Amino acid sequence: MNSIRVPIVEKILSANDQLAAQNRAFLVCKNIFSINIMASPGAGKTSFILETIYGLKDKMKVGVIEGDTAAVTIDADKIIQAGMPAVQINTGGNCHLDAVMVAGGINQLPLDDIQLLIIENVGNLVCPAAFDLGTDINILIASVPEGDDKPYKYPAIYRGIDVLILNKMDLLPYISFRPDYFTQGVQILNPGLTFFPVSCTTGAGIPAWLSWLETKVLNSNK
Amino acid sequence: MHELAVTESILAISDKHAKESGAAKVTSINLVIGRLSSIVDDSIQFYWDIISNESICKGAILNFERRPARLHCNVCSNDYEIESELQPCPQCGSPDIFVKSGEEFFVDSIEIEK
Repeated sequence: MNSIRVPIVEKILSANDQLAAQNRAFLVCKNIFSINIMASPGAGKTSFILETIYGLKDKMKVGVIEGDTAAVTIDADKIIQAGMPAVQINTGGNCHLDAVMVAGGINQLPLDDIQLLIIENVGNLVCPAAFDLGTDINILIASVPEGDDKPYKYPAIYRGIDVLILNKMDLLPYISFRPDYFTQGVQILNPGLTFFPVSCTTGAGIPAWLSWLETKVLNSNK
Repeated sequence: MHELAVTESILAISDKHAKESGAAKVTSINLVIGRLSSIVDDSIQFYWDIISNESICKGAILNFERRPARLHCNVCSNDYEIESELQPCPQCGSPDIFVKSGEEFFVDSIEIEK
């Protein structure tokens, strides 16, 4: 029997992309600006989110979705202690959040009260890059101790982001991290990328990030 | 690590198109994956053998067409390919680069029997 070739040309994760588009439309309709924060484990995602919440707490209400691979609520508890609504999503061992999980998380938040939604993805530089969640922007937090070669080793995640944070800048004197080599890799993959070097420990660089974010949120809520 | 989710998507897409085409059997599935996509062929094959077992795609061969990353230098107009590590333009050293391709990640076609 002869086989017949059926042309398809369909993106492998197109189903996720469609659901992400639904999330995006829903959040726009609710007037909520949304960000997806990706990073390796230990880069400082939760510390960075807390700095962001503290910095904006008199200006807007922030909802947070915490993605974790296990049923631990350490991160969500910290957010709630900081006075903002948080939802924990346990991915059941999965290495990333996807659009369906995020849709489930969104529905558990007090959507009429919040102006900004922050999603903390699972700590991983590979898988989250492939799954659009439907947020307005995607952010990567790199950190100095991870090393300056990460753009070269994980190109996909650097390609798909709108903002790059380089955290733990206070450790630069103690670690052999070549800023020029790091930024060269970033420039090849994502020319003109918005970039904030920060330290969540000293607070350096955080005001510039907050000011940028506040402008984005206000413009989106017009 | 997300190869299971990827493999499930490949099965769903192939299954849908096979049924729409009135296939009795799917003999092979042709995938195109760029160098800049972080996907491991072996893991997909491993999951495939398990999850396709009850479907119309049972026994189908997965063919992977790997495409290199193609880059263009905005300074000296040199076109070059990356096989292993990302690098600035090998001709003039500039990091002012445009990525032309290498992020492909799709089901190109399936081979069916009716």
